[in-house]
Amino acid sequence: MSLQEKLVTNFEAFEAGLNGHASLPIHSVRKEAIEAFKALGVPGPKNEEYKYTNLGKALETAFDFSRAPQKSELTSEQVAKYYIPELDANQLIFINGKFSQELSNIKSPKDQLVIKNLADAFAEDQDTIDQFFSKQADFKKDAFVALNTAFSHDGCFIHVPKNTVVDKPIAMYFINDSSAGQSFNNPRNLFLIEQSSEVTFLEDFNTEGDNESLTNIVTEIVVEKNANVEYYKLQNNKDTAYHIGTTQVYQARDSRFSAYTFTLNGAMIRNNLNIVVDGEGCESNMYGLYLLNGNTHVDNHTEVDHVKPNCVSNELYKGILDDKSHGVFNGKVFVRQEAQKTNAFQSNKNILMSDNTIMNSKPQLEIWADDVKCSHGCTTGQLDEEGLFYLRARGLSEESARAMMLYAFAVDVLSTVKLDPLKTFLEDLISERLQKDF
Amino acid sequence: MLKIKDLHASIDGKEILKGINLEVKAGEVHAIMGPNGSGKSTLASVLAGREDYEVTQGSITYKDQDVLELAPEERAREGIFLAFQYPVEIPGVSTTNFLKTAINQIREHKGLEALDAVSFLKEMKTKMKLVDIDQALLSRSLNEGFSGGEKKRNEIFQMAMLEPTLSILDETDSGLDIDALRIVSDGVNKLKTKDNATIVVTHYQRLLEYIVPDYVHVLYNGRIVKSGTKELALELEEKGYDWVKEEKVA
Repeated sequence: MSLQEKLVTNFEAFEAGLNGHASLPIHSVRKEAIEAFKALGVPGPKNEEYKYTNLGKALETAFDFSRAPQKSELTSEQVAKYYIPELDANQLIFINGKFSQELSNIKSPKDQLVIKNLADAFAEDQDTIDQFFSKQADFKKDAFVALNTAFSHDGCFIHVPKNTVVDKPIAMYFINDSSAGQSFNNPRNLFLIEQSSEVTFLEDFNTEGDNESLTNIVTEIVVEKNANVEYYKLQNNKDTAYHIGTTQVYQARDSRFSAYTFTLNGAMIRNNLNIVVDGEGCESNMYGLYLLNGNTHVDNHTEVDHVKPNCVSNELYKGILDDKSHGVFNGKVFVRQEAQKTNAFQSNKNILMSDNTIMNSKPQLEIWADDVKCSHGCTTGQLDEEGLFYLRARGLSEESARAMMLYAFAVDVLSTVKLDPLKTFLEDLISERLQKDF
Repeated sequence: MLKIKDLHASIDGKEILKGINLEVKAGEVHAIMGPNGSGKSTLASVLAGREDYEVTQGSITYKDQDVLELAPEERAREGIFLAFQYPVEIPGVSTTNFLKTAINQIREHKGLEALDAVSFLKEMKTKMKLVDIDQALLSRSLNEGFSGGEKKRNEIFQMAMLEPTLSILDETDSGLDIDALRIVSDGVNKLKTKDNATIVVTHYQRLLEYIVPDYVHVLYNGRIVKSGTKELALELEEKGYDWVKEEKVA
């Protein structure tokens, strides 16, 4: 059976297990999505969007997709080791993609936010789901979004009503339990942030157990007028962890959205971050840092679509690649004809530490408006030898000089993090990785 | 303190230094002058351990050690300091930041305890006055957006902090206005003791009005073709480098 056939068979089994849920209106979306998946097929190297990231081959090799979904008996103690230290947050736990009310710990008062299982929202909030679910993440364009949409059931719906500042960040810990066998899941999230509200999200991905795991996640974020959303994604997963993620953002007038993506380890990772800026006066920030070694393969695809005038987008992705790692950056910025006075900046910088790394960087600007300020740049090279010599000539050991320069390179992105405990956590992780011991 | 014997060095197979002999004793100031391309900066770089250059012949001993066997950081820890002709920009690394690490690694090498933050800051404050440098500048990315004068003052500030026994100033005066030149030279003069030595590499005689050398050497085509006292610098200024070149040919 081909990979595609296996996944379609899995869908049929999933569908059969839905029971009453299959009679909800949302099920027609799933059916459309699986048809779209069949039509699109698993992307291979000939697919321009997956040219450097042959997920089809990788998944076919690593997964058998024939097993039933894994059961997990993780306790709250076992889960707690994944928490970011000192981070006082609403802790949402997802085991094998499934939101676990029991293991989660929601601290913010109920009038600040509603958090529920996506399947429950499908049943209870049909109007909202109709209006927002699968409206931005287009399953007709991307096979993995289609696959995720077809399987949409697990995950969560988070609703922040208007004029609300959520007092604590929402930290979502996705833990794949592969201790008894491979874990493969399709978590789906929908965040609805109403007018003039503020909230911070963190998605953190981990694996328990030594078998392969695959998360194919889609998070849709609706940022209403004048709202402010901070979104962190942290990937410091095992060598056996595969990840495909799409974060699809919709920004209404005067809203602010910032995404921070930190990728420190995993097998093969594909992150899509797509923002539609559909209102004037918006600000969008995209920061990314990837520190790759071993055989890790990381592909960051970002897309900002400036539809309306007077908006600012700012993007900075930096990477340090060592050993046989492979990095891909593809940043698209569209400035539509109507989107005059757009300011769009994009930068991707990479340092290659070994001769065996590969970095494919592709910035793409498409501008139809004539009164805009846009810039993009990308650099890929080795650590500056002159700088190294300078520091050594001052008495620093070669290792220290190297670590200092690499850390300085990374700190640009690190310094944008606003959550202090997360920043400290990342600083420690990155210092350790770069062997900065001073 | 420093003995250079028959030093030959080349870069990319091209010989630049063709037999340098030089001896520097504690308490002395030596000026090395010469036209562009004569090998002045190469000599400075070879002394500091820049790896682009290959030493093909000869020796350098410093405090009875074979310098050529030492890595750049080991030379620095032994007290050799190079003020760069073109100080390097290092984004994200501030002077304060790396100096603290450098000083403590040097102290560790010498078997001394690490300097705590308070003592380090105190030391900084004293040395900052010496070269009239602002703390804000020292907290910025090294040399990024610094003016020519700021870069050179920062070099001398680092020299003051590291207290080397052998300082090599590579064209520290080039491109400086007279005020900056005074500040830089004052700094160097104040740091002079009977136990340390300075090699001033320069193209212009002007610097030597401020940093008075005990000896002047003229480097031409990879060799020291003339040595003398500070009067030699004046003669050079008057007659120009062509004079040396012609003498050499004759």
